[in-house]
Amino acid sequence: MMLQLKKVTKQFTLHHQHGVQLNVLNNVDMSVSSGECVVLDGPSGMGKSTLLKLIYANYRASSGEIEVRQADGSTLELTKADPRELVRMRRHTVGYVSQFLRVIPRVSALDVVAEPLIEDVAHDIAAVEKAREIARALLTRLRIPERLWELPPATFSGGEQQRINIARNMIKPQPILLLDEPTASLDAANTQTVIDLIHEALARGAALVGIFHDAHVGKAVATRHIDVTQFRSAQ
Amino acid sequence: MTKLSVDTSKPLLRVANISKSYGSRVALHEASFDLWPGEVMAVVGESGSGKTTLLNAIAGRQCPDTGLVEFLNRTNELQNIYVMSEAQQRLLSRTEWGFVHQSSADGLRMDVSAGANIGERLMSLGERHYGRLRQTAEEWLKRVEIDPARIDDTPRTFSGGMRQRLQIARNLVTQPRLVFMDEPTSGLDVSVQARLLDLLRQLTRQMQLAVVIVTHDLAVARLLAHRMMVMQRGVVVEAGLTDQVLDDPQHPYTQLLVSSVLQP
Repeated sequence: MMLQLKKVTKQFTLHHQHGVQLNVLNNVDMSVSSGECVVLDGPSGMGKSTLLKLIYANYRASSGEIEVRQADGSTLELTKADPRELVRMRRHTVGYVSQFLRVIPRVSALDVVAEPLIEDVAHDIAAVEKAREIARALLTRLRIPERLWELPPATFSGGEQQRINIARNMIKPQPILLLDEPTASLDAANTQTVIDLIHEALARGAALVGIFHDAHVGKAVATRHIDVTQFRSAQ
Repeated sequence: MTKLSVDTSKPLLRVANISKSYGSRVALHEASFDLWPGEVMAVVGESGSGKTTLLNAIAGRQCPDTGLVEFLNRTNELQNIYVMSEAQQRLLSRTEWGFVHQSSADGLRMDVSAGANIGERLMSLGERHYGRLRQTAEEWLKRVEIDPARIDDTPRTFSGGMRQRLQIARNLVTQPRLVFMDEPTSGLDVSVQARLLDLLRQLTRQMQLAVVIVTHDLAVARLLAHRMMVMQRGVVVEAGLTDQVLDDPQHPYTQLLVSSVLQP
């Protein structure tokens, strides 16, 4: 078992909207094993992205437990972990491909992609170059023209930024990978590349949870489907 | 760059229940946190929220009325920074710590050369070899993207952005483990800010610096900090991972802060 959610609920209290409470997820029980790709289904607004954000500890669960089996074999319970443990968890265990690239000023596309690998090798110049080599290969696979590699992605098109984001967050073979509509603005060829990358991650034993706008992509990668409307509570 | 291996079972800085009042006004009420090696923590809040009082208290600049501030020394013991001898405290602030001020005039000697500004900490540690001092200063000027040909110019002749970068070089030359920063980017043009932020981001990562950065700018916190604390009227109202606090704020004040800016 790589990932287990136990009776997880998430509600948002909007203090400046008359304290309105939004109950988004209720009683989520699910677990994901190595080599599984769980695809979350359900209409938009049902809490699919919220569920991924809870697993990434970007959102804080209102109650329940989220257990992640870390790269070193230990189990981390996210709702009780301190920031330092969560930073480590993201660095070594859980990768997350968000919908949009958050741009870092002045850093080249190549280094934006290579950064998760470079972080681990710090001053080893040969290892840094190796990381850049892997990044180049990934950028090539995702059809980012070489003339863009040394430029910061701020001015890239939406589709190019999305591919940079995919490359950055899939370059490191993390044990758990969360995907939030990674193919939303990609053409057919690049969508197929992402499907291939997902299959490769599964083949090395990663556990995946994903949201796919495009039903055929979901079908192509899913080993199991979960309908999130079952976690919906009455408002 | 060699680093002493540090026992990570102890935090680098431990702050426990510190409070500070000015007369009847409570500037800081029972703040506590542990900071670990390599961690960057932002302290955000509006002016008057107590964030500068907090920074001064934990940086050994103003003793809190109550509570404890401890720093992990080289022999791996947490030591109360306010019961050290003055000599010990001076050594700490010249070697292990850095302090980057909002106003470069507070952090630089404006009438001595850029090279001497960088060399000062090294000289206070006993380095007297002119060639080595100059070489180190040149290296650091390059690292902070200042033309080494400016080594003999005084900071008075520098732009605001260059002065802030020089201040950073002056602090980092002794490879400190902990750096305090007080609004280091405010008052700079946006493009100059971006360059400084990118530089800070690179240096903190390369040098594995622990940083406490006070800022009112949530975008600065998002870019640089692993975690953040939100202060209001002297009280820490919320703390957590930076993106947690910004994307899923729980406290009414944090929700107000986050909703008041354009996409931090």
